[in-house]
Amino acid sequence: MLIRLPYNTKYDFIGKRLLAFAITAAIILASIGALATRGLNYGIDFAGGILVEVKSPGAADLKEMRSTLGGLGLGEVALQTFGAPDQVLIRLSRQEGGEREQMAALDKVKAALGDGYEYRRTEFVGPKVGEQLREDAVWAVSLAILAIGAYIWIRFEWPFAVGALISTFHDVVAAFGFFAITGLQFDLTIVAAILTIAGYSINDTVVEYDRVRENLRKYKTMPMIELLNLSVNETLSRTILTGGTAILALIALYFLGGSVLENFALAMLFGVVIGTYSSIYVAMPLLVYFDLRSLGGGREEETAPEKQSAG
Amino acid sequence: MFYPRWKTILILAVCLIGIVFALPNALPRQVTDSLPSWLQPINLGLDLQGGSHLLLEVEVEAVVKEQLTSLVDSLRGALREARIRYADLGIDGEAVTVKLLDPEARDQVRAIVRGLDPDVRFDIRDDGVAVIAYTEQARAIRKKAAIDQSIEIVRRRVDELGTREPTIMRQGDNQILVQLPGVADPDRIKNLLGKTAKLTFHLVDPTVSAEEAARGRVPPGTQLMQSADPQGPPAYVVRRRVEVGGDALIDAQPSFQNNEPVVSFRFDSAGGKRFGDVTAASTGKQLAIVLDNKVISAPVIREPILGGSGVISGSFTVETANDLALLLRAGALPAPLTILEERTVGPDLGADSIRAGAIASVVALVLVIGFMFAIYGLFGMFANLAVIINLALLLGVLSALGATLTLPGIAGIVLTLGMAVDSNVLIYERMREESRLGRTPINAMVAGFDRAFTTILDSQLTTLVAAVLLFQFGSGPIRGFAVTLAIGLATSMFTAIWVTRLMLQAWARRAKPQTLPI
Repeated sequence: MLIRLPYNTKYDFIGKRLLAFAITAAIILASIGALATRGLNYGIDFAGGILVEVKSPGAADLKEMRSTLGGLGLGEVALQTFGAPDQVLIRLSRQEGGEREQMAALDKVKAALGDGYEYRRTEFVGPKVGEQLREDAVWAVSLAILAIGAYIWIRFEWPFAVGALISTFHDVVAAFGFFAITGLQFDLTIVAAILTIAGYSINDTVVEYDRVRENLRKYKTMPMIELLNLSVNETLSRTILTGGTAILALIALYFLGGSVLENFALAMLFGVVIGTYSSIYVAMPLLVYFDLRSLGGGREEETAPEKQSAG
Repeated sequence: MFYPRWKTILILAVCLIGIVFALPNALPRQVTDSLPSWLQPINLGLDLQGGSHLLLEVEVEAVVKEQLTSLVDSLRGALREARIRYADLGIDGEAVTVKLLDPEARDQVRAIVRGLDPDVRFDIRDDGVAVIAYTEQARAIRKKAAIDQSIEIVRRRVDELGTREPTIMRQGDNQILVQLPGVADPDRIKNLLGKTAKLTFHLVDPTVSAEEAARGRVPPGTQLMQSADPQGPPAYVVRRRVEVGGDALIDAQPSFQNNEPVVSFRFDSAGGKRFGDVTAASTGKQLAIVLDNKVISAPVIREPILGGSGVISGSFTVETANDLALLLRAGALPAPLTILEERTVGPDLGADSIRAGAIASVVALVLVIGFMFAIYGLFGMFANLAVIINLALLLGVLSALGATLTLPGIAGIVLTLGMAVDSNVLIYERMREESRLGRTPINAMVAGFDRAFTTILDSQLTTLVAAVLLFQFGSGPIRGFAVTLAIGLATSMFTAIWVTRLMLQAWARRAKPQTLPI
C-alpha cells in the first residue's frame, strides 16, 4: 500500500566525479560570466528608487499612464500590471541628487495620477539606505558561509569543513548566477532566500557527511570511493523525500503565496535542486582527495581512549 | 523505548502550553481584546496589517554648523567690545578661524573664547590665524543631544496626530525609525516631520525697503527674509536679533479671528515678560513672525501685549493653522530631518497578503500531509500530527515572545512545514534500515530515534546558524523571516523527536507490533 522507494541502491555517484566536477565548473563559470556581463537586476532595495503599486478605478490604461508619467521628466518609468488588470506597479529609477529629490519625484507621481487611484504600496529607498542594505547583505551572506564552515569544523574533521564550504559557496554563486541569467529582480527577500538555500544545502550535506563518519567507523578497510558511494546510496531515499516535501511546500508558495513571494519561492525551488546536487556531486566527491582515515574517521573514536584513561 | 512518566507529562505540558499561547490567533478580535496582555495573537508587521515605515536621518552636521555660526556672531561682538583688531573672521570646515592683527592680543582672545564657550579648543596656526574648534568630545555630546531631542520632538508630533501605537526608535548613529501601523497615506506626517518649526519674533527694520535690500544694501545687523505668505510682500528686512523664541511657548491652538483661521499662542512667564517689554518699547513698529527663516506675517504692534499671549495670522487655511499649532506645541527640531526610506502598505494589500499566505500555508500543509501518508502510512500520520502540533507551537512561541509576523515570515512558516518533516523522514528511514538488518520492531524504532538524533542536531543547528546571521544583519521584514525560521527549527526538532516518539510509544504499547509497518 505504501509507496516504497528503492533501497540498497548501488548507483555509482562518486565514480562519475570528474564529469560532475566538469558540470560544477561549468555552472560556476556560467554564473560568474553572467554576473560579470549581465549583472543583477537590482530591485529598489539595493538600487534605490521608487516603487508604487496602485489600483486604478477600472482596468488600467498603461499607455495613458505611461504618457502621463513619462512627461514628468523623471527618467525611465517602468509600468507593469501586477496580479490583476487594475493593479499596476510603477517603478522609477533613482533620481539625480539626494534623498529630497527622490521624495519630490514621488510627490510628482502622486500629483500627476490624481485622486482616482488607490495606493496599495509605496516604497522609496534613498541612495544611503540602498548602500547600507547592500553592505549588510554582503556581510550576512559571507558570514553565514564562514559560520557554517566553523560549525562543521567543530563537529567533524577539517576536510569535511572544506567540502561543506566549497559546496555551499557553489550554491550561493549558482543562486546569484540564476538571478543574473534569468534577470529576475534581486531584492532583500532574495538575500533571505539565498541564505536559506545555503542552510538547506548544508543540511543535506551534513546528513550525508554524518553517514560517512558513521561508515568510516563501521567499515575500517573499505576503499574510500566505495564507502562514499555507500553513504550516498544509504541516505538517498531521505534526500529524495525531504527534497520532495520541500518542493511541494514551495510550489504551494509559488502559486498561492501572492506576487511578492513569487520570486522568493522560485529562488528557493532552484536552491533545493542545486543544494541537493551539490551535496551529492560536490561535497561528497571532494572527500576522495583527503586521507580521512588517518584523521581517525570520527572525533568520538579519537576521544574515547582519553575518556577511559580519565575515568 | 518507553519514556518515564515525568517525561511524558513534561512533553504533553509543553505541547499544551504552546497550544494555549497559539489559541488567541484563532479567536476573533473582540475576544482577544479582553484577554490579558500575555495572551495575545501575533503582532502583524506593517506589510501585513498596512501602515507606514519611515527612516529619518538627523542632519547633525547642521547643528554643529549652527553653533559655529552663533560662535562667530558672539565672537565678533566680543572682539569689537574689547577693541581687538582682527580680519577674516569666518567658518572653515568644522572650525571658526580669525586672523589676529595684534600678536599680543592672543592671550586676551584666548580668555574671551573660553568665556564664550568652555568646550572649544583654541590654537594659533603658524600664519597667525586663530583656529577655534569644538573638542571631539563636545561635538559628540552635542550630536547625541540633538538626536535625542529630535526623537523626542518626532514622538510628540506623531502623538499629536493621534496615530495608533507608533514605534519611534533610534537606529544606527543618527537615524530615527518611525513605524505607523494603519497609516495608509503618510504625506501629512512626512510634511510635518520635514519642517524644523523654529519660530522666532524679530523687529522689521523700517529704514530700508526690501527692494533696496535685495539690491545689496542690507544694513549691518539685519537680513533679508523671504515671506511665506503669497498675498503679502515678497520679502522683509528684519533685525537679526531674536526678540522672543518659540522655545518660550507653552501652548498653541488653532482658532478664528474675523472668520480667518489663526493660531493663538501663550508664552511662559519669562517669555511673556520679554514679549511685553518688546511690544511696549516698539509700539507702532512691525513685528515679524518668522518660521524656519520665512516670514509668516509682520503685523504692526498697535499696543503693548502684556498678557503673555497673542495670535499669529497669515493666510492660513484651517488645515495649515492646525498643523502650525501642532508643530509649535511639539516644539522645534534641533536639526532638519531627511527621509531616507519610506515603505507604506495600504490595508487592502496587507489583507490580500495575509489571505494569500494563509492559503499557501494550508495547501502546503495538505500536500505535505498527503505525501507523508503515501510514504509512511500510519507512521506518516503520526508525523503529520507532529507537524500540526509544530505549527501550533511555532505560532504559540511567536505570540508569547511578542514577535512580529511579516510576509517573508509567512514564507518562513511554509518553508518550516516542508522542512519540519525532514527530521521525521530521517528517523523513519533509519528505522527502515535497522529493521532490514533484522532488528525487532521495538529495537528498530529505538535505534532509529537514537541514530538519527545526532544527524538531526547537526543539520538543524547549521541551518540555525544561517538564521541567526540573517536576523543579525537583516532588516525589517527579513528579520521576521529569520525569527520564524529559527523558532520553526527549534519547535520542529521538539515535535519530530519527542512528540512523535510519544505517539509511537502509545501505539507500540497497544499494537504490540510483530513487524514495522513502514
